[in-house]
Amino acid sequence: MGISIDHGKCVLCKVCLSKCPFNALELKDGKIEVNAACKMCRICIRSCPEKAISEEVITNKTNIDKDSWRDILVYVEHDNKTIHPVTFELIGKAKELAEVIHQKVHCLMIGYQIKDLAEELLAYGVDEVDVYDDEKLAYFRSDIYKDVFVHCIDRRKPNTVLVGATVSGRSLAPRVAAYYKTGLTADCTILRMRTSTDLVQIRPAFGGNIMAQILNTDHRPQFATVRYKVMDKAAREIPHGKVNIIDTEKLALSSKIEILKVIDKPQIEGIEDAEVLITIGRGIKDEKTIGKIEKLAEMIGAEISCTRPLVESGRYSVYRQIGLSGRSVKPKLIITFGVSGAIQYTSGMKNSELIIAVNNDPKAAIFDIAHVAVVADAGEIVDRLLEKLGGQDA
Amino acid sequence: MNIVVCVKQVPATQKVDVDPKTGVLLRNGIDTKMNPFDLVAMEAAKKIAARTGAKIHALTMGPNSAIEVLKESFALGANEGWLLSDRRFAGADVLATAYSLAYAIRAIGNVDLIICGKQTTDGDTAQVGPEMAEVLGIPHISWALELEEIDEKGLTLRQDLTTKDAIVRIDYPCLITVEKSMYQPDLPSYRLYKAGKDLKIHTLTADDLTLIDHTRIGLNGSPTQVERIFAPSSNTDTQRLEGDIDNIADKLYTILKNTKLLKEEV
Ligand SMILES: Cc1cc2nc3c(=O)[nH]c(=O)nc-3n(C[C@H](O)[C@H](O)[C@H](O)COP(=O)(O)OP(=O)(O)OC[C@H]3O[C@@H](n4cnc5c(N)ncnc54)[C@H](O)[C@@H]3O)c2cc1C
Ligand SMILES: Nc1ncnc2c1ncn2[C@@H]1O[C@H](COP(=O)(O)O)[C@@H](O)[C@H]1O
Repeated sequence: MGISIDHGKCVLCKVCLSKCPFNALELKDGKIEVNAACKMCRICIRSCPEKAISEEVITNKTNIDKDSWRDILVYVEHDNKTIHPVTFELIGKAKELAEVIHQKVHCLMIGYQIKDLAEELLAYGVDEVDVYDDEKLAYFRSDIYKDVFVHCIDRRKPNTVLVGATVSGRSLAPRVAAYYKTGLTADCTILRMRTSTDLVQIRPAFGGNIMAQILNTDHRPQFATVRYKVMDKAAREIPHGKVNIIDTEKLALSSKIEILKVIDKPQIEGIEDAEVLITIGRGIKDEKTIGKIEKLAEMIGAEISCTRPLVESGRYSVYRQIGLSGRSVKPKLIITFGVSGAIQYTSGMKNSELIIAVNNDPKAAIFDIAHVAVVADAGEIVDRLLEKLGGQDA
Repeated sequence: MNIVVCVKQVPATQKVDVDPKTGVLLRNGIDTKMNPFDLVAMEAAKKIAARTGAKIHALTMGPNSAIEVLKESFALGANEGWLLSDRRFAGADVLATAYSLAYAIRAIGNVDLIICGKQTTDGDTAQVGPEMAEVLGIPHISWALELEEIDEKGLTLRQDLTTKDAIVRIDYPCLITVEKSMYQPDLPSYRLYKAGKDLKIHTLTADDLTLIDHTRIGLNGSPTQVERIFAPSSNTDTQRLEGDIDNIADKLYTILKNTKLLKEEV
């Protein structure tokens, strides 16, 4: 059952109760017990002074034949006209993972009138692209897209499936993973392949400043979603792969979701594609300094982004938030002002090429990932930079 | 008509720090509250119930203390509370959680609509809803933006398709997860909270869920395992600018100029 407590050794010191971040340990009838909130972080095991807590061996695992599940399948995100760039990033990662186990990279593309679009993928070194092209598949609908996904997986039996953590990707991937009764790790920031074909999935977790390394050793396929701008885009190469048009006639394709109308929406302000970004954090308290930073951004051609507290306070729109529950970015330069560097923020920007952090706390966590750590008051720095920039103009 | 709203109890403060040396989580206080995204789900349920006369059931899986989140849901308009609690559910990952919740929904019986929050603030996967829909074999819409029409047979809602929005129709039984922008959640009502003291909370254990496969719940039923947790790595070659502010500004300005990334006229 996971965590096991040796009541013979336990002296009821309650250290574990105070250390457990999930309130998963309770004192019940004079005994410490593990409840349903346990997340298996194992902190109690390490914290118990009496060594009374241990991990029980997990039984009940299926014995799957890993060799019969081969290759990496990338789900192609697109809008029938353009392929979403997260797809090329997934292909880049898939090629790296596939190389470790000497397997191939295939793509699955679902939509309508997309045959030409599919050809574009071959330039990124994909081996095969399975295309399901049908009028009924013109727009994303979770139920029939799942049916098509299942058809493709049954045909290919991939070892690993990568899906972009887009709106539809995050709706579809869990549905398909649940169908296969297999694991899915959301928003992975690091992926590595072991020669055993087990995928090492790393993501920020537990709502704290901590990374969790997650495995799915007894089930296939292994599903992971990855945000846009977290992985590197695949390099272009001389195409060697092919496009397979799959006959959709034989698929039932009957959806319980009816699309009544499709509406174009205005392009929302994007921070993902900016080359230079400035992030404003909660350390910037007065509106005057915010105004100055916005001025600085305008002068150097940077987009403004922010941390979550500034979205919560209503100062900026959620589209400008960087991080786990915001956007992922990978600009050439990012300057942060008054940002502490919580992992939920840094996981959305730590792959940026040059990180300059301004914080008046010499021990701020943001300095652990910054290339340039500026220990100073943000307001004073901004004033001086504005002066220098303005001075040159004159 | 019956609506189930899935609500989860999450830590009230997000201040969970890590001891950089030991990698141990340091918890500051143990305050809990309802996952803020689930407040929106409660609000959506209320709007739908107002139109259809449906009964609202709040469902949570968690420790016995999660009963508090059900009381909170009464203050927000729920009519009945269901607590799924059993140590055999401990260590559940997304799949095992979704599976267990799905069987609890079957135990509630005659459920037409399930509403989930967009995501939790602690798990943050946004996956429990869609996985539950798959286990139950019903269609789902994730991150619904707006409810356009509500009636006894189904919902018409606006769904985000990244570059476009779609107006879609979905009949019951179905599951939706709601985007935060859908409603501004109501403040919990003290009157309802007090009235809620008499409302019924049903407690379910694994034994109360008929036909549940015990190998699919809790840690044993979880395909994903956390192999280790660790503090994130840091950048070793950080250039530090400290001390005299003018000196720092000079150096910073030079660094910025050398990147050649600043706008032309600068
Ligand atoms: C599941 C989950 C998801 C989350 N997702 C996100 C997310 O997507 N994005 C996100 O940003 N957060 C997210 N958070 C919140 C995150 O944990 C932090 O709370 C948040 O990033 C902190 O924002 P901050 O750095 O702006 O503020 P603070 O942590 O308050 O830091 C302010 C900093 O400013 C410095 N400062 C103060 N005055 C000055 C000054 N005059 N000059 C210079 N520096 C100064 C201080 O030293 C401090 O380091 C999430 C949390 C959870 C639990
Ligand atoms: N333990 C739980 N009990 C009840 N509902 C839950 C639980 N975990 C997740 N949910 C529901 O699923 C949604 C998404 O959660 P998550 O996948 O953790 O981001 C939440 O907003 C809840 O509606």
